[in-house]
Amino acid sequence: MIENLIIIPVLFQLLLAITLLFFFRKIKTQKVISISGSIVAVVIAAFLFHQVYDEGILTMQAGNWQPPFGITFVADAFSTTMVLLASISSLAVTAFSSVTIKKARLRFGYFPSLHFLIMGLNGAFLTGDIFNLYVWFEVIIISSFVFITLGGKKVQLEGAVKYFTLNFLASILFLTAIAVLYGLTGSLNMADLAGKIKQINNQGLVQVTAILFLVGFGIKSAIFPLYFWLPDSYHTPQAAISAVFAGLLTKVGIYALLRTFSLIFVPDDFIKTLIVIIAGLTLISGALGAMVQTNMRKMFSYLIVCHIGYIIGGLGMFTTAALAGAIFYLIHDIIVKTNLFLVGGIVFKITGETHMKKMGGIYSAYPGLSLLMAIPLFSLVGVPPLSGFWPKIDLMQEAFFSGNYFLSGCIIFGSFITLLVIIRFWSEAFWKKNEQKELKPHVKYYGTMPASQKLFLVGPILLLSLVSLYIGLGAENIIRLSDQIAAELMDTSVYIEAVLGTSHTIDTP
Amino acid sequence: MEIILSVIIGLLYSAGIYLMLRRSLIKLVIGLVLLGNGVNLLIFLMGGLVKGRPPIISATAENIGLIYADPVPQALILTAIVISFGLQSFAIVLIKRAYIVVGTDDLDKMHSTEEEDD
Repeated sequence: MIENLIIIPVLFQLLLAITLLFFFRKIKTQKVISISGSIVAVVIAAFLFHQVYDEGILTMQAGNWQPPFGITFVADAFSTTMVLLASISSLAVTAFSSVTIKKARLRFGYFPSLHFLIMGLNGAFLTGDIFNLYVWFEVIIISSFVFITLGGKKVQLEGAVKYFTLNFLASILFLTAIAVLYGLTGSLNMADLAGKIKQINNQGLVQVTAILFLVGFGIKSAIFPLYFWLPDSYHTPQAAISAVFAGLLTKVGIYALLRTFSLIFVPDDFIKTLIVIIAGLTLISGALGAMVQTNMRKMFSYLIVCHIGYIIGGLGMFTTAALAGAIFYLIHDIIVKTNLFLVGGIVFKITGETHMKKMGGIYSAYPGLSLLMAIPLFSLVGVPPLSGFWPKIDLMQEAFFSGNYFLSGCIIFGSFITLLVIIRFWSEAFWKKNEQKELKPHVKYYGTMPASQKLFLVGPILLLSLVSLYIGLGAENIIRLSDQIAAELMDTSVYIEAVLGTSHTIDTP
Repeated sequence: MEIILSVIIGLLYSAGIYLMLRRSLIKLVIGLVLLGNGVNLLIFLMGGLVKGRPPIISATAENIGLIYADPVPQALILTAIVISFGLQSFAIVLIKRAYIVVGTDDLDKMHSTEEEDD
């Protein structure tokens, strides 16, 4: 029965979302159910993670169809780590959004959509079937369309048109790739595909399919030439929503890239070089984009693009150490990017501005809170011993030793520009003297909020900062975890055996 | 039959992408619809075309025997059609709303996301 545990994170979110639909207009009840449900979800995810970490990969065959015919759900160390991080981030976001999202927006199904979104994420992480992955991607983007248009302002709708078009195109490419892959192999089970893809004579067509997957997932995860939709749409919704998008939505694309390119298409030299170049250019263009922005949230959006480059770079080098660095960076990035946008939300609540030049005086008004917000900001840069520091060492070292001097240069460049941008943000928003200005009537300022509401604003940031601190200071444990995940990604035989059983093991030519 | 289908799929893809590159919102959505149909046909084609053989094996049959149609692509297309139907209807509502709020259906005039507002 233990294998049915795998599907619980998905089913639980579905149950939560459906329960919330019964209380569609009762916002207070929705808040209570959503936050307490998210706490339970973290417990479930932690239990699943513990189970997999101790006892190895769990698999579940939906409807008891034997693999490779049915849909398989697989919980290995990588996917359960992602589920755990997604649950922690979503807990923080549900608490944060319960006080920051306007009532009018909450009344139109904000919380149910959020839980449908998390359900899609969990499903995407846990599935072992490539078409099922497509379906979960669609669940995710359909819920995200609700968020990106909720409120219906002019700028939001324009952002939504761009977001919709590019995501639809990415789905079409993904589906095209699946169609070609099915035509080549006659299978959809990822573990089964891993064996069958090697037996195809026409490896050129396999290469084309791999590139289709790279472009499809690349649009979703915003890699170099395909990222332009992201800074144009991520700053339009509310802070809490941007936090989910930043922390989780682009990362599910990265997860899919890491999964398909380690399991199905083992990268050859051409694809490795291609990915390394893309990674370097992603780092450079994201960093340069962030440098010229004066709008806080747009700057953060460019930082998302920039830091995707580190993870992709790790994939491009494709060694165990590089992948371990990439996984560590992914773990750190999910928490810290979610937190970054929550910090952005609180800065907006304090100053009433998103424009950096008009901010100021946060440090003198709220010194304790500023120090708390310094943790995510400087974790992002990777100031030792905070969490961004460790994976960068791994990646840097690996890039240098494997002779990828271009990538190591880009990694240094990306880190320095991130540092520069964050320092500029810090000095503009926190240290600069505040000029007296009129309060905007439609903004609910942080200073005027009751203590109970402040708790829900600061609490999530505190929670995520503590997780960030743990990742930084307890790096030993995270390194052990990411080493294990990287080893599993490099040697996929364990995964394949767990899914297909030992009798099905296909010897590779 | 395969050749005809391949040509149709190619036409659908190219027309879809061409329409997506136009500036009009309506053409954009029509382009997306064509692309969605193109990919459904592609799945159908890649599953292998078999004429007049239903994807059913009788319960008493001892082996599969004759070549039968592959049921998996049909299931995939069914799922993909439902999903793209949902997405397309969302797209139509979205562009209608965007047209009312922004007051133009020209994509080049939708640039308030790039302005340094608020």
